Amino acid sequence: MRDPHRRTEFQVERKEFTIRNKLGLHARAAAKIVQTSSQFKSRIRIVKNGREADAKSMLDILTLSCPRGTRIELRAEGKDAAEALAALAVLFNNNFGEE
Amino acid sequence: MFPGNARMVLQGIGVAPGIAIGKAYRVDRDKVSLVYYYLPSPAQIKREKDRFNAAVERAEADLKEIRSKMAGVFPEHAYIIDTHIHILRDKMLYDETVRIIDQQAINAEWALRQALEKAQQIFAKIDDEYIRSRFSDVDFVAERILQNLTGQNKQSVAGIRERVIVVAQDLSPADTIQLQVEKTLAIVTDMGGKTSHTAIITRSLDIPAVVGLEKVYHAVRSGELMVVDGHAGKVIVDPDEELLNYYYERQYQFERYRKEVVRCAELPAETEDGYTIRIQANIELLEEVVAVIDNGAEGVGLYRTEYLYLNLDQPPDEETLFWDYRELAEIIYPETVTIRTLDLGADKLNTRMRGSTETNPALGLRSIRLCLQEDETFRTQLRAILRVSGITKNVKIMFPMISGVGELRAAKTVLEEVKQSLIQESIEFDKDLQVGIMIEVPSAVAVADLLAREVDFFSIGTNDLVQYALAIDRVNEHVAHLYEPLHPAILRMIKQAADAGRQAGIPVSLCGELAGEPLYIPILLGFGLDSLSMNPLAVPRVKKIIRNASIEESKACLEEVLQFTTAGQINDYLCELAWRRFREDFELFTDEMGKLPAASSVGQ
Repeated sequence: MRDPHRRTEFQVERKEFTIRNKLGLHARAAAKIVQTSSQFKSRIRIVKNGREADAKSMLDILTLSCPRGTRIELRAEGKDAAEALAALAVLFNNNFGEE
Repeated sequence: MFPGNARMVLQGIGVAPGIAIGKAYRVDRDKVSLVYYYLPSPAQIKREKDRFNAAVERAEADLKEIRSKMAGVFPEHAYIIDTHIHILRDKMLYDETVRIIDQQAINAEWALRQALEKAQQIFAKIDDEYIRSRFSDVDFVAERILQNLTGQNKQSVAGIRERVIVVAQDLSPADTIQLQVEKTLAIVTDMGGKTSHTAIITRSLDIPAVVGLEKVYHAVRSGELMVVDGHAGKVIVDPDEELLNYYYERQYQFERYRKEVVRCAELPAETEDGYTIRIQANIELLEEVVAVIDNGAEGVGLYRTEYLYLNLDQPPDEETLFWDYRELAEIIYPETVTIRTLDLGADKLNTRMRGSTETNPALGLRSIRLCLQEDETFRTQLRAILRVSGITKNVKIMFPMISGVGELRAAKTVLEEVKQSLIQESIEFDKDLQVGIMIEVPSAVAVADLLAREVDFFSIGTNDLVQYALAIDRVNEHVAHLYEPLHPAILRMIKQAADAGRQAGIPVSLCGELAGEPLYIPILLGFGLDSLSMNPLAVPRVKKIIRNASIEESKACLEEVLQFTTAGQINDYLCELAWRRFREDFELFTDEMGKLPAASSVGQ
């Protein structure tokens, strides 16, 4: 059993996603990722073929260039890594509320 | 060309129709001039960072205010401003500038400029054109911060006090949004194209606009009198009184005519003597559906499906296509949507064919030929269309570039197999789904009677038909003048295809630019077609002219035209007829007094 008082320890979480919305990680989708990521303290990165982008930087995400079909990994490191990843997973699985 | 004189006449791309007359107001978007200096002490470095932060905070407050004003009017564009707000604090711009101030002990303007250049280099390396072009957003945001830093407040479009014609090199989305509609007579810019933000927003605001003028910004002084013709894409600077009067008159007539035409857009296109033809719209994007409905089009006669396949590593999946088609079909219901299967060249579809070059792509592996080879892509699209048909029952399938019966049967065999697999999976589709073809290859015209027995409808695609029949590449400037839609050969081919369809008892439609050209209406009616499909903006005017036409007269007109020997003769005849029969529908669309232009094509 996990001690509830120790839940705030440093965590490392990772999860893979495929970009499924029509336009890929373009401006609107990137803005939503930044908005969500910025609510957490953890360091969050988007990794694509060994290259990575800071999920709290709109321009980093844009310049990572992820069209539809791209496979990426989300990595979160920090005390709220699990929560951060769960929140981002909702966004990714929802295709950022787009088609 | 027209009566009177002017200091200058510029030709650009008309993106929002209407005529405006007024004073020029130049919106300065030149870069602010910057000073560079070193910071001698740590205390000054600290102050400089605070100054930078304050400039960013002000920019943020300004943008938030713009966004709140905008959310009510353009909710769908508000995200552009959100994007800009995120960029303000982005580490590539904000953190980097602070770091440079610290490390190099230089002023904020200079540091920001360096951070911007670094970002530009990163963006320049990106393959994806859309993302590469987003650097303009970064540039725009940096410019805003710089303005705050230097205190050089440029003329803002929000500060305009009288009714003016806005003249700019380019307008950012935020600029366009801040325009005060009641104070803006028209917009003219050096940059931009038909699909730029300026174009989309001005059209929705109903402000005349001409873009792509290249040199208007430097050629015009603020306060100078101008005329903007958003239909012809013309900008006239400092006209004399005679010319001015001419345009005042045109403006008045144009407004009156436009109101009348749009008011009646919902009425059917029924001739004086009771012949009704369906007027449909050609669209490429789901978003255009608004224009289809607003302009009174009776369904979508041609949905071009290529857009979803562009700029992707792999073709889109079935679900993506399904939802796109379904949404369109549901909005258009109870009218119908004719979905054309993929009409792409091999170079545009990212498959194993990518990178192979063809010496003659127009005659190469493209369209239905490519689909029959790239079997999986084709089946996925057909499955998506069939599934939608089962739900909405208002969908039709159309195969492009069919050259003969063999190719048609091959395509229908694939369709049949896809249907069988859906039956096995107990997935519903419309059992009465109509399957038609584009008639756009000359060989298809020659065997139209044979093809007509095996399909439910024809749609004559004139753009490609003219290109293939006359052996003319219309974008090749050396031969573009030979691109003649009224060439007697083309008219005979249309007639042959239309007759073959009628004899077989199947409906025949005509899509392509020819369909939306008001001048050609008498001959189009004469062919006895069932429907015309065109740019949605052209629909109201075409419908109005048809309501004033007569089928008997049109048939006689076509018969006479088919006796002529050259396209020039036919054009002259149609101009004369239009002038005589439909004067009020044409006189506003001519630049030459009393004489009609060869073709105006954009419609209203």
